[in-house]
Amino acid sequence: MTRLGKYLSARWLAVYAVVYMLFLYAPVVLLPLFAFNDATIISFPLTGFTTQWFTVLWETEALHAAVRNSAIVAISTAVLSTTLGACAARAAARYKFPGKRPVMGFIMLPLVLPEIIVAVSLLVLLMQLGMSLSLWTVILGHILICTPFSIAILSSAFQGLDNSLEEASFDLGETRWGTFRRVILPLVMPGVVSSLLICFTISLDEFIIAFFLTGTDVTLPVYIWSQLRFPTKLPSVMALGTILLALSVILLIMAEWFRRRSAKKQGIEASAGGFM
Amino acid sequence: MTATDTNDIIVLSDVTKTFGTFQALKGINATIREGEFFSLLGPSGCGKTTLLRMIAGFDEPTTGAIEIDDKPMAGISANKRPTNMVFQSYAIFPHLSVAENVGYGLKTRKMPKTEIAAEVDKALEMVDLRGLGNRSAHELSGGQRQRVALARALVMKPKVILLDEPLSALDKKLRDQMQVELRSLQQSLGITFILVTHDQEEALIMSDRIAVMFEGEIAQLDSPEGLYRRPRTKRVASFIGVMNFLSAKLTREDAETLTIQIDALGEITVPRDIAPEGLTPSEVDAIGIRPEMLTVLMDDTDTAERTVEGSITGTSYYGDMTYYEVKLPGDGDPVTISMRNTAGRSVLPAGSKVSVGWGAESIVLFE
Repeated sequence: MTRLGKYLSARWLAVYAVVYMLFLYAPVVLLPLFAFNDATIISFPLTGFTTQWFTVLWETEALHAAVRNSAIVAISTAVLSTTLGACAARAAARYKFPGKRPVMGFIMLPLVLPEIIVAVSLLVLLMQLGMSLSLWTVILGHILICTPFSIAILSSAFQGLDNSLEEASFDLGETRWGTFRRVILPLVMPGVVSSLLICFTISLDEFIIAFFLTGTDVTLPVYIWSQLRFPTKLPSVMALGTILLALSVILLIMAEWFRRRSAKKQGIEASAGGFM
Repeated sequence: MTATDTNDIIVLSDVTKTFGTFQALKGINATIREGEFFSLLGPSGCGKTTLLRMIAGFDEPTTGAIEIDDKPMAGISANKRPTNMVFQSYAIFPHLSVAENVGYGLKTRKMPKTEIAAEVDKALEMVDLRGLGNRSAHELSGGQRQRVALARALVMKPKVILLDEPLSALDKKLRDQMQVELRSLQQSLGITFILVTHDQEEALIMSDRIAVMFEGEIAQLDSPEGLYRRPRTKRVASFIGVMNFLSAKLTREDAETLTIQIDALGEITVPRDIAPEGLTPSEVDAIGIRPEMLTVLMDDTDTAERTVEGSITGTSYYGDMTYYEVKLPGDGDPVTISMRNTAGRSVLPAGSKVSVGWGAESIVLFE
């Protein structure tokens, strides 16, 4: 290839990269832009700066309930999925048992199942069992889709554990539980934190399952969806989106900071693994 | 078998271990004495590590019994046994400092913090790591990790310290140094050490007694000198050092002596007691002789008990030593002869005709 050809193709790749990033992030940038815009209609040109949409959010009781519900669902899902995921990841990494591959395969299946199918079949099942819909049914559904993510994250953490560390602890007089608490848990902690944060995030913005399985208590995404029917509420939804965006970024930075710190403490290359 | 003698710290009685259809250990009987440096030596897959792990309590024997300090160990898990292990990978806890690693076991004993700190300092001093307690584990070199692993076991004051190929990850120079250090530490503390290794030189240097294992069985349990000088089988003989085998057969035996016709060396009569225990003289089909027990005679002033004519087929010069391959009469393979390159001794080229000196006392009989 000629020098010019090389230059052009490098140029094209740069253009492609910029367009790609714009497509990814431009809509996200619009959120805070309109959240502070002094107009009820979402359109350019911008008219003026205001924080009134945030004040509206602050005064909406229904929103507070939705936030509380989402927090309950997301925290419960994160904790339960991570616990289940840790058990499965540990079993997969440590033990050999008949049917291990198919069992692990079936646990991971919800990763690729269409969510609407999962939601509808769960709804049918719960109805058949005569269970009433509540936040708990949403949590149940979210655990189903979050556990595979948790296993995927924790598997690498558990596989990296040297078996002889456990044996050494046991050999030094520690009990099984003590070994778990003093050796295994600290070593898989970065994975556990990652898993908690990812499950929390997935559950927080999950809509389909929450929409089908929730009763009278709605979660945040379902609330937002219901507000979209009223055009006047749109700016405050933008404000809400901005808060959520800021929160997610802060959470991610925290998770990565925590992971790098513990990796550094153990002398592992900080750039290895992790999601940032 | 029971440990009636108080000097026996570990008694292994008919210990077997089966993994599926594979029999890893086929009836091990041995006693390990208090305060000795005992080695389990063998090629990989001979069952030596399996045996060590069963003594530590990570595995249970399929049949047979293990007694430690006069107590049967069946059903007693690793955390309740008076043994501590130094792992091949060292198994240093990566999230803890050196001092926390060494004090790990004492903390499980609910020892007060100040006492732990004092014990840890003492142990670190023993392994020459004084002042490194605050380092984190990943800042240590291979040799230092090895020392931390050792200190972590020593601090528990166990009856027995188990070492699973502890030096295999170190480079040659460091390994030589650690062999001497480990040995002198063991002797000054008087704790029983059990070492698993595949390195015969390491076992010879460090041990009081060595059990040579092949295919799940102890082939010979003896002192280093006993193993080297009186190997009981051809396999043990060629595993420990270098051994020249020459075909031979018994021609006459009486109450005191055995007369043996050796293909390359002729007929000799030796006292009966040079035969290893359990050997049937009529079954003898070979003799063994170590390379240093043969001499290439340089001139008429060199003398030997007996001589035989041969020709050099190969010469390897090692600086302090020269190794010759010498073809002796008969149709056997050439023998290896090692000669120390002392003053006035020249290195002979291949093709030279030489007289080879040897002595009847230095031969080993094999069946």
